[in-house]
Amino acid sequence: MMANSILLLASMDVQTWTYVIVGLTFTIYIGIAIWTRAASTKDFYVAGGGVSPLANGMATAADWMSAASFISMAGIISFAGYDGAVYLMGWTGGYVLLALLLAPYLRKFGKFTVPDFIGDRYYSNTARFVGVICALLVSFTYVAGQMRGVGLVFSRFLEVDINTGVMIGMFIVLFYAVLGGMKGITYTQVAQYCVLIFAFMVPAIFISIQMTGNPIPQLGFGDTLSDGSGTYLLDKLDGLSAELGFSEYTEGSKSMTDVFAITLALMVGTAGLPHVIVRFFTVKRVKDARKSAGLALLLIAILYTTAPAVSVFARTNLIETVSNKPYDSMPEWFKKWELTGLITFTDKNEDGNIQYLADKDKNELVVDNDIMVLANPEIARLPNWVIALVAAGSLAAALSTAAGLLLVISASVSHDLIKKMVNPNISEKGELIAARLSAVVAVGVAAYFGIHPPGFVAATVALAFGLAAASFFPAIILGIFYKRMNKEGAIAGMVVGISSMIFYMLKFKFGWFGGGGKDDWWFGISPEGFGTVAMVLNFIVSIAIMKFTPAPPEDVQEIVENIRIPSGAGEATHH
Amino acid sequence: MSKSNAKAYWRENIKYLFILLAIWFLVSYGAGILFKDALNEIRLGGFKLGFWFAQQGSIYIFVILIFVYVRLMNKLDKKYGYDGE
Repeated sequence: MMANSILLLASMDVQTWTYVIVGLTFTIYIGIAIWTRAASTKDFYVAGGGVSPLANGMATAADWMSAASFISMAGIISFAGYDGAVYLMGWTGGYVLLALLLAPYLRKFGKFTVPDFIGDRYYSNTARFVGVICALLVSFTYVAGQMRGVGLVFSRFLEVDINTGVMIGMFIVLFYAVLGGMKGITYTQVAQYCVLIFAFMVPAIFISIQMTGNPIPQLGFGDTLSDGSGTYLLDKLDGLSAELGFSEYTEGSKSMTDVFAITLALMVGTAGLPHVIVRFFTVKRVKDARKSAGLALLLIAILYTTAPAVSVFARTNLIETVSNKPYDSMPEWFKKWELTGLITFTDKNEDGNIQYLADKDKNELVVDNDIMVLANPEIARLPNWVIALVAAGSLAAALSTAAGLLLVISASVSHDLIKKMVNPNISEKGELIAARLSAVVAVGVAAYFGIHPPGFVAATVALAFGLAAASFFPAIILGIFYKRMNKEGAIAGMVVGISSMIFYMLKFKFGWFGGGGKDDWWFGISPEGFGTVAMVLNFIVSIAIMKFTPAPPEDVQEIVENIRIPSGAGEATHH
Repeated sequence: MSKSNAKAYWRENIKYLFILLAIWFLVSYGAGILFKDALNEIRLGGFKLGFWFAQQGSIYIFVILIFVYVRLMNKLDKKYGYDGE
């Protein structure tokens, strides 16, 4: 009997496994949502303000690590080599800024949303409104990217139509975000963190052992190959890359200025992302906010230090599997991914072999960044359940981030717009209904983008960070560390920052305002790195305008003095 | 709590931030980007050191930095009597 069922498990195909594992995880998420549904606006916005640092750390990590971190990042690094470090350092280094410069003070301030801080600190509904617009802009560009990830996984692994996939994903998110609010999302994200980290680590460890004999991927990719040749894996990959005409893997090809600018833009952008900042409103004390930032980065670092190892394994495996091999001998995964259009092969010299080269005229193979993590277990011929696990992990990553973003969108509308600006007399119950309704609308919009992805979505996701860097980061930093900063300065700074970022993005990404190519970039900085310039502009404009306008009122200056002291944080409140 | 107490607390806090962020800058922008080529001459097993800092080392140090900050601030809170509720 036992032997029979084991035999059955071993013979189950990828698709069956995927249905089983994905179905199981989805059931868990829905169960948690029902169990933790929100009863008050405080539950809905900040999970009642009583989440433990560890749970908050795990939820933050899941919130933070999106489909981009799970699916795309290792793939991007795989093709970019050293240059991929901009994402690794950018997305983790921003966390240090968040933990040291923002989280403790925003927790002490004790409000529900980021526009709330901006509006109160700068004693102005105009500032609050600018804050709401920035939050919506950042969150919508970001959430659209998550939907693409969900659709991708569904279409490849469950072989359903992408649209059906997006609808299923949306329904799940809708269910637990609308029902549970921040409280439901927090505990679902804890579960999603466990799923996604397990799903990322298992294949990485398997492949690390396969290739280098070292079970720790972080060390494995700096180790020697297990074929007994004594060659270091990285040296081999450098050699292979050079042979095919690519730049050496460990050297990269971007200019130092651009690497610097992109890293900085991603760092400050990360620190300015509203859906991550808001997580620190959910813990009890300032002390807990600090600690949970540390725990969150530790949990994030597990994936972020493994990703570059996965990149090296995947790249080496890919080259060895395809380079100069006959097309007819390609394994099953190759053909399956061809169906999704993410691998394309054109036999230019008609020799029946795959030439994978840096030279665009001779290269015959195009591999999309996004499939490296998803296809990696298949390329390495790991068991079917591991492949299914990766599908469940990428869904966990995409859904957790989408839910966090949807909450920011709904809170911005129901709390910042309706409660604070349009109808201050709205009842607690009315606000909760408004919050749920705006979540429903936001999910609808996100689903629309998932089903009809406008061509610019992929391009704008990376730029969401630039937008956050250009708008929120300077306004919040100055609000905490510069008592004299007033509303005139902050508003002018945010407006100039975000419009210059949008201008640069439209000009060089979409060809507006005369367009332009790589050679026309200002100071050689790419649109992805321009957030750094826009942020500096924001700082300069804020300070310059402030010098010519009156100091903020006495009570606001007192607020600033008060948020600098950790004790007496109280709970996140309404007024 | 008195105003001068709060000021002294804030000054020490700022000092910690400067030191920690200096290290943050050195390991990422310094070792990982600006001095990468020089550091790549040194090897750590299969890793070139500059490459290692950019893709591994800086992240480890970021984690350590936050936990050091948590410790320092908890001590500072105690010293100035801000550790109560």
